[in-house]
Amino acid sequence: MTVATPGPLLDVAELAKRFTVGGKQGLLARATSFRKPVAPLPQLHAVDEVSFTIARGETVGLVGESGCGKSTLVRLINRLLDPTSGSIRLGGAELADFKARDFAGNPHRARIQMVFQDAGDSLNPRYTAADAIADPVRRLKKMSGAQLAARVEELADMTGLPRELLSRFPHQLSGGQKARVGIARAIAVEPELLILDEPTAALDVSVQVVILQLLQQLKRELGMSYLFVSHDLNVVRLLCDRVLVMYLGKVVEQGPAAEVFADPRHPYTKALISAIPQVDLEGAEPEQRAGRLRLGGEPRSPIDPDPTVCRFYGRCPKGTPRCAEEMPLLHPAGTARQVACHFA
Amino acid sequence: MLPLLRHARYVLSENPVTGLAFGLFALFLIAALFGPVLAPYNPLQSNAAMALKPPSAAHWFGTDQLGRDIFSRVLVATRLDLTIAFASVILAFMLGALSGVAAGYFGGWTDRIVGRLADTIMAFPLFVLAMGIVAALGNEVINIVIATAIINFPLYARVARAEANVRRDAGFVEAARLSGNGEARVLLGHVLPNIMPIMMVQMSLTMGYAILNAAGLSFIGLGVRPPAAEWGIMVAEGANFIQSGEWWIALFPGATLMLAVFCFNLLGDGLRDIIDPRMRT
Amino acid sequence: MTAVPALSVPALSVENLSVEFRTRSGVVKVLEHVGFSVDKGETVALVGESGSGKSVTAFAVMGILDAAGKVTSGRALFGGTDLLALSEHDLAEQRGRELSMIFQNPRTALNPIRRVGRQIADVLVRHGGATRNDAPRAAIEMLKRVRIPDPERRAEAYPFELSGGMCQRIMIAIALACRPALLIADEPTTGLDVTTQAVIMDLIGELAGEAGMATIFITHDLALAAEYCDRIVVMHAGHIVEAAPGRDLFAHPRHPYSAKLLAATPGETVALEDLASIPGGLPDLRRSDLPACRYSDRCERRLEQCIQPLPQHTVGERHVVACWNPL
Repeated sequence: MTVATPGPLLDVAELAKRFTVGGKQGLLARATSFRKPVAPLPQLHAVDEVSFTIARGETVGLVGESGCGKSTLVRLINRLLDPTSGSIRLGGAELADFKARDFAGNPHRARIQMVFQDAGDSLNPRYTAADAIADPVRRLKKMSGAQLAARVEELADMTGLPRELLSRFPHQLSGGQKARVGIARAIAVEPELLILDEPTAALDVSVQVVILQLLQQLKRELGMSYLFVSHDLNVVRLLCDRVLVMYLGKVVEQGPAAEVFADPRHPYTKALISAIPQVDLEGAEPEQRAGRLRLGGEPRSPIDPDPTVCRFYGRCPKGTPRCAEEMPLLHPAGTARQVACHFA
Repeated sequence: MLPLLRHARYVLSENPVTGLAFGLFALFLIAALFGPVLAPYNPLQSNAAMALKPPSAAHWFGTDQLGRDIFSRVLVATRLDLTIAFASVILAFMLGALSGVAAGYFGGWTDRIVGRLADTIMAFPLFVLAMGIVAALGNEVINIVIATAIINFPLYARVARAEANVRRDAGFVEAARLSGNGEARVLLGHVLPNIMPIMMVQMSLTMGYAILNAAGLSFIGLGVRPPAAEWGIMVAEGANFIQSGEWWIALFPGATLMLAVFCFNLLGDGLRDIIDPRMRT
Repeated sequence: MTAVPALSVPALSVENLSVEFRTRSGVVKVLEHVGFSVDKGETVALVGESGSGKSVTAFAVMGILDAAGKVTSGRALFGGTDLLALSEHDLAEQRGRELSMIFQNPRTALNPIRRVGRQIADVLVRHGGATRNDAPRAAIEMLKRVRIPDPERRAEAYPFELSGGMCQRIMIAIALACRPALLIADEPTTGLDVTTQAVIMDLIGELAGEAGMATIFITHDLALAAEYCDRIVVMHAGHIVEAAPGRDLFAHPRHPYSAKLLAATPGETVALEDLASIPGGLPDLRRSDLPACRYSDRCERRLEQCIQPLPQHTVGERHVVACWNPL
């Protein structure tokens, strides 16, 4: 492992990604509009000035509904996508300086790896489990032959994958086994930061336990930091030290996981937590349970959003004229917490 | 290797028609490899005395207008026809599949250029285009191969493009990039192997067309020239004699042609079942 | 499995249902002696892990089993008739009108090239007795009932233009258009965000309550089942192992498998180290020597008796368990 530089492992500052959508941008349109100025094209703000850090050895959770920008954020951090602006510093190195399409050959490539949501989809159907695990080792660590084979077996042992299964194809493996292959591949090059994108979403509950415990163990053994993206707040609660809540491209709340779950401040976080199904052993009818909050409607459009209006305005149970005039910024709310709401 | 063979045996036993196609293909292969040795008569030897004799014990397929044994000629022609077909298919695959995969994966200008190229080729009636290409490049066998490859290019390119497009967003492509594979490596090492099963079917079907194409060109006098033994030429020569009652001169080469195309079509499906690991239990 | 006798005839009563699948590697006994009932207005959850047979049970009742599947025994009594004995024609009359189903992936379960309003109208015309002219207006009414904003405009949308949550509402609208007596929901919220899930579950509950409709809700999420359903039926490897009201199941699980399932479910107060996985795996259902209790091979409470055919003990108010050595 490289000598740890002081400070956080991952430092994301003002990271933004905007996609151009629709509009007339073909050659013909541009050519025929020589007199009139071409209107600026609509931009979809997928990730909007997001800043956060991940310390060494920390597990940070990232939650939010579909369309909130978590997948885009993840792809910016693991450098599959180029940001529109902002900085991504990994242990001091500025990764945003490198282009995504050339990053495969970059010496920093091995430092960030990812475990995918759908293990089946993330494994090449024509590669055996051994081939899949060997691929990054071959490319990034330049190993081959017997040394490579030994490393693959070592990784299989570490992730609890029986060695006999190494010669199998993905469609011959169970969900849990595929998950292990995905994990073995991700840790093969000893990354410092491992991004886990809903790694247990497709697994049965009993298999999920085993995989989560494995991830916890590997984190300790290999000294990695985790960015854990998940829908399942119960799982996030189990594994994460801190949690970030995203909504429509912005971070609306962040803080220690236990605190955020016990005492959510942002109305969206409150709705999220109250939506987690639970059994009420006291016998009260669900509608009467305290803190029950239901979000109606659909989120606002992420295309050219008004910078002065709170993104949650309209769907928020609170909602005052101030919310439509002044965008709430993340401000401290407690020792290690931040919330972006005028009322928290 | 062993599991592959075991699986191959399973596929063949489940599907007797595929087994038949494979058997037929084996026969054609033997004919192509050993034709000249197995032929009972010299295919080029004329024998005026024996001209236009119907099928008999001595000459299974009869003799043609120059007294040549038709069976020997049909047998020996297998090598030429199959070679032309194989060569065209492989060339078409290399040109078409690679451009198609690049077009599907990268999109943008690559896609536009490949698309326009394919469109241009498809704007012509394909056989006429083939004729034009052979006429322009010269009356050689190699030019039949090039012409056939060009007219099949759009088909391969389109199928490859569609398949690559679907896989572009697949998880394993992203995983491959995270593993340090540059774009070229992802394309060749990860995407291409996945479209091979479909390509195999494509190649097998095109084999049939390639044979027909070569035969067609020879029929009209382009490409293979007499006295070479080739199914197309033989059908052309035999066509002159049908009216006068010597049906065997055109029928046997024609029937062999038909059988070959039929065999390759069936082969494609069977091959796909064997190659695609998802079919393995 | 017989429920405690209810005050009225149940909406659906499944008795002794067994289903086999013929595959290239043998006959798989997917379901064996499955029995449960659902009363009018009741919501019953079929809970189990993958391979438990919960979806197959629903498909068998609806008559949409895969071609390789065969019902080898049992009845599914619905409104006095045995659905399993009906001809395809008669069954098609029931489906959509009295008996409806919604599926897991809403966007793919809808016809991608037909506007959603028309899809609802189709059902109304086919089963609801609406005419070609009335149907579009009735479809918009249904869209209002499932709380889709701007229903007139949305009715003209194609499924790909709508979000997952919206598509699921459309499916619910289609399923409930003719006010069926029974709704089967097969993992309707898997893949939806937790906030959308809550809203959809509330909606189903509300509409079911209004119409006195019985609901069977298939899921792998025990907590979801417990929050929204009256009773939970736990399945394992094609058997029903326990059935009880949600609260009772969570407070006092009696079958070792149910207890283990609960112990593996993340919840508010459990730490990761305390979660327990379930040892062993599902038995191979192609075996001809399957034990009578399919959980016995990996059960730590196993007794000599467990090779005998399973009993059914009633251990509480509507709480039944199939085990020789219950907790």
